Amino acid sequence: MALSGAGRLPSKEMVKRRRLLRIEDIITKMQDDKTGGVPIRTVKSFLSKIPSVVTGTDVVQWLMKNLSIEDPVEAIHLGSLIAAQGYIFPISDHVLTMKDDGTFYRFQAPYFWPSNCWEPENTDYAIYLCKRTMQNKARLELADYEAENLARLQRAFARKWEFIFMQAEAQVKIDRKKDKTERKILDSQERAFWDVHRPVPGCVNTTEMDIRKCRRLKNPQKVKKSVYGVTEESQAQSPVHVLSQPIRKTTKEDIRKQITFLNTQIDRHCLKMSKVAESLIAYTEQYMEYDPLITPAEPSNPWISDDVALWDIEMSKEPSQQRVKRWGFSFDEILKDQVGRDQFLRFLESEFSSENLRFWLAVQDLKKQPLQDVAKRVEEIWQEFLAPGAPSAINLDSHSYEITSQNVKDGGRYTFEDAQEHIYKLMKSDSYARFLRSNAYQDLLLAKKKPESEQGRRTSLEKFTRSVCCWRRVRMAAAFHPRGGFLPAVGKVAGGQAPHGPDAVLLTVPTAGPGPGPADPTGRRRRSTSADRVSLRGDLVTVKEKE
Amino acid sequence: MCDQTFLANVFGSCDKCFKQRALRPVFKKSQQLSYCSTCAEIMATEALHENETLASLKSEAESLKGKLEEERAKLHDVELHQVAERVEALGQFVMKTRRTLKGHGNKVLCMDWCKDKRRIVSSSQDGKVIVWDSFTTNKEHAVTMPCTWVMACAYAPSGCAIACGGLDNKCSVYPLTFDKNENMAAKKKSVAMHTNYLSACSFTNSDMQILTASGDGTCALWDVESGQLLQSFHGHGADVLCLDLAPSETGNTFVSGGCDKKAMVWDMRSGQCVQAFETHESDINSVRYYPSGDAFASGSDDATCRLYDLRADREVAIYSKESIIFGASSVDFSLSGRLLFAGYNDYTINVWDVLKGSRVSILFGHENRVSTLRVSPDGTAFCSGSWDHTLRPQEELVAWRGSECPINAGILPQIRQLRISL
Repeated sequence: MALSGAGRLPSKEMVKRRRLLRIEDIITKMQDDKTGGVPIRTVKSFLSKIPSVVTGTDVVQWLMKNLSIEDPVEAIHLGSLIAAQGYIFPISDHVLTMKDDGTFYRFQAPYFWPSNCWEPENTDYAIYLCKRTMQNKARLELADYEAENLARLQRAFARKWEFIFMQAEAQVKIDRKKDKTERKILDSQERAFWDVHRPVPGCVNTTEMDIRKCRRLKNPQKVKKSVYGVTEESQAQSPVHVLSQPIRKTTKEDIRKQITFLNTQIDRHCLKMSKVAESLIAYTEQYMEYDPLITPAEPSNPWISDDVALWDIEMSKEPSQQRVKRWGFSFDEILKDQVGRDQFLRFLESEFSSENLRFWLAVQDLKKQPLQDVAKRVEEIWQEFLAPGAPSAINLDSHSYEITSQNVKDGGRYTFEDAQEHIYKLMKSDSYARFLRSNAYQDLLLAKKKPESEQGRRTSLEKFTRSVCCWRRVRMAAAFHPRGGFLPAVGKVAGGQAPHGPDAVLLTVPTAGPGPGPADPTGRRRRSTSADRVSLRGDLVTVKEKE
Repeated sequence: MCDQTFLANVFGSCDKCFKQRALRPVFKKSQQLSYCSTCAEIMATEALHENETLASLKSEAESLKGKLEEERAKLHDVELHQVAERVEALGQFVMKTRRTLKGHGNKVLCMDWCKDKRRIVSSSQDGKVIVWDSFTTNKEHAVTMPCTWVMACAYAPSGCAIACGGLDNKCSVYPLTFDKNENMAAKKKSVAMHTNYLSACSFTNSDMQILTASGDGTCALWDVESGQLLQSFHGHGADVLCLDLAPSETGNTFVSGGCDKKAMVWDMRSGQCVQAFETHESDINSVRYYPSGDAFASGSDDATCRLYDLRADREVAIYSKESIIFGASSVDFSLSGRLLFAGYNDYTINVWDVLKGSRVSILFGHENRVSTLRVSPDGTAFCSGSWDHTLRPQEELVAWRGSECPINAGILPQIRQLRISL
């Protein structure tokens, strides 16, 4: 074999490394006669024999049987991947895929396996293509892309082309000495090797590596050995991200830290698996109806129907029953939802205990501030909620108060952490529980209509007047919006009619885009106007555009 | 008077601290001294340290590990999938790619959703970072980073900024502006500085803080405005590849996964590691919290995804198949936590039933490795990005059948391999 090192037996180290790679494990098993591998045959064709081949069908069958694959499509896909990586190849095609039919494939020689960390230079490729042109067999003619590559390489290596030519000649001489059958096999394996490293244009180059993993290979610079034993003085290194600092050796201190950590873990109180399983199942079951990928969303999933009604509804101030129900799942749920928070705040205001929630919200906000604003905010929160004579004094036990007042002196983002936790627990066990039992919440949950009182009628008339003006205003704005008017499939202004009647549902109008509005040219976020919201009355959820 | 013998303690001046205390005899290098009880204890621990070699410490650590395993095993009374047998099976899944976002000229490495459920930011190997309205497939912003391999990108909670970074070892924040005349790159702010590549970044609940993970083995929390380091997290023994913030309103924790095969849970406030999990056999490429925040999933080069529960402090499920031999690059849960979507290096996306541990579907459609995968904030779709230069937001239509379904391979129309450059 003209290729250097081919006759060598793989070293123990190499064998071990190979076993570690599952793909090579599979390929090895596939070729193993004794354990029911794929039948490798010599097939007679026309005037010659095709040595050492397997059929696509056999490979696919083997994969299905030995890897417990039920779907042939999956087996074909896996087979194609194994081919694309360079472990098996079609004998009559440069494109490395697997087909579930009588097409013939051959196994790649371990010498050429990717785990040998090949990164062949263009000089090697040039030698190979040159060699091919010297062999005057029709079937070994260069493909179009190969001819193009050769032309390009000739230009690039113009000065050392003589050297390359000589190497190619030498290779041809060596090849000629070989047994015909062996040559056929080796030629095809060599060709398959280049199909991996210089793939057909449009095919995936499977030798591309994730740069994060490059430097941790056993051979981070990749073996710069030549396929044809050609030595080069100046070999360009491929851009590999190199370690900028050596990995530290573990010190005594590291292990001491580990010991402390382990001791803490041992002392930790953990739940039993059965309890954990129950909890995970319960959570999932509770939320399944809210999972649009499992339970179809109402009115529709925007991605399927191209209708953003779902998102518009979620933006509205009037929450659906389903959404209200969710607030009852956990305290976090109501805190997460802006509308829920507002409702809860209103409830607390009616009970004259809103300072708790407002404090909690203020502390959350504090943690979101840029560093330079933190000290000021800490002072503001202290003055508002905790200082003696504070306007919204919250109720903390003396211990928490002590800790907090100490923290205020340093004024960091976590100043009120302890107090916040206390207030959170207080709200959760007390106010939240009462909120869920309150009329306000129950009404929302059961979607009860509010009784029409004097005030009610006036409000609805107000709403109607406002809606007409807003509708007109937004319509104008949308037409002149810098983004060019209405978005396709958005906007439910039914036929351009103004809403009619005091009990009419306010129509959803096209906004410049759902979600937090884009920044307007002055850099401020556009505030959502009343026109953006959908006002829901009674049982009507939305107005569908009549087709 | 009782008949007792007790130590006769001399009262006097301690030989070390010179305080007037009850003294005990101690021997230091065969010399007898009188120390008070405090100094005697200090001496004892010091001596302990001196006598400790690396080897003895290591063996102590090993024995503690063993004890920890024992303790945990006691609580391992049942497997998750066993308890989940009573749960109704999921129906058949029909997957459909709803959009294909073409425009990156090179491998897509990372993506993130905006809170508005439709906008996406994505980054690629050639340094391009693009903001799309994936619903209309329009590109809204594009910026070219001065480095290649932009492996991390994130959308700010307000939707007004994006962060990205990669081989430049930095995390840069770009405010998004709709002013056509403004050059996005001009307003760029360099926030994080690491000593190796940036592998992941995420805004905390606000636009003002950013959490980063790096190839230098650390994670860090930064103040965006000033660029100041607020907290750093040391503990990984190799590159940190991924991180995810806990979904709690009050939570201050996040999980990170690295090339040391460990997944670690950190307290953002103290910088300490509170829990660690080491059952993977290779690099952990992706970690994602279960929606309740009590557990998290990880995807690794060992071709498995695993579920770890924080309350049980152990691995509770493995998602693997004999036929899956390529690493999982990216994982995410559906809204309820019932489904786990995992993108693999074999170009497929496998959908797992989290509770039962079985695979419910396999998606073909990408023509190269799936590098990134995220479910949208409201769970209506998920988007996958791949080395084939495309992003595909997809969702499924499910028909409930109530019986075990065979593995359904979604066969998508063959798409020609086109290289479309920006």
